[in-house]
Amino acid sequence: MNVKVVYLARLREALGCSEEVLTLASASPTLGDVLTLLRERGEPWSYELGEGRAVRAAINHEMAASDAAVCAGDEIAFFPPVTGG
Amino acid sequence: MEMNVRLTEADARISVQHDDFDMAAEVAMLRERDSRVGAVAIFIGTVREMNDGGSEATSIQTMTLEHYPGMTEKALAKIVAEAAQRFDILGATVIHRVGELKPLDQIVLVAVKSAHRGDAFDACRFIMDYLKTQAPFWKKETRAKDAHWVDARESDDEAAARWQLPRNR
Repeated sequence: MNVKVVYLARLREALGCSEEVLTLASASPTLGDVLTLLRERGEPWSYELGEGRAVRAAINHEMAASDAAVCAGDEIAFFPPVTGG
Repeated sequence: MEMNVRLTEADARISVQHDDFDMAAEVAMLRERDSRVGAVAIFIGTVREMNDGGSEATSIQTMTLEHYPGMTEKALAKIVAEAAQRFDILGATVIHRVGELKPLDQIVLVAVKSAHRGDAFDACRFIMDYLKTQAPFWKKETRAKDAHWVDARESDDEAAARWQLPRNR
């Protein structure tokens, strides 16, 4: 299945990517599976999206945790903790 | 007689915009012909010239606010709806600017109307505390020599935790 992945703010700059279409092999993937796949690309992905980094995610514009299910056509966003206001 | 009046979508004005806002005009619009209102609480966030602490604080030249179009408006509407669930309020306006701002510029306006001050004050603070940790905005500061993304603050998480809200950092 294909999903759209969006990167925002500092993460977009660090990864040099604002959005892409990602193909997932698993039949019922989670957000955690998407993260694992991206980390396997090596640097800078493995560091910027690594366990020790503060990365937040949304699925279809709702904040989501790593165990959230991902469906075909979803828009997944990765971003740093928010700093508005 | 309805005992538990919930805020409808029509009572929430949400705007994410580049342009500045006029607080007086916004409050006038919020209050217009609504004689149930006995209290309006207003919060305005502005761009500071100096960063926090540290003696070598250098002055900020510009503050650029990025957001996540599509999610931002939904997140703000959800925050106002949550405030309406928790507090007895009659309406709210939330305006957040994006793009390049300078010191002294206004960033955010939260105005809440209610019959009484307690709910207006509480809901206004709740909306700001929630926005600080849940609305997808990011600040980037530009100083004389460099630009950097502002880090999330622990104090914002503590403020959100007072309302039993999720943490951000």
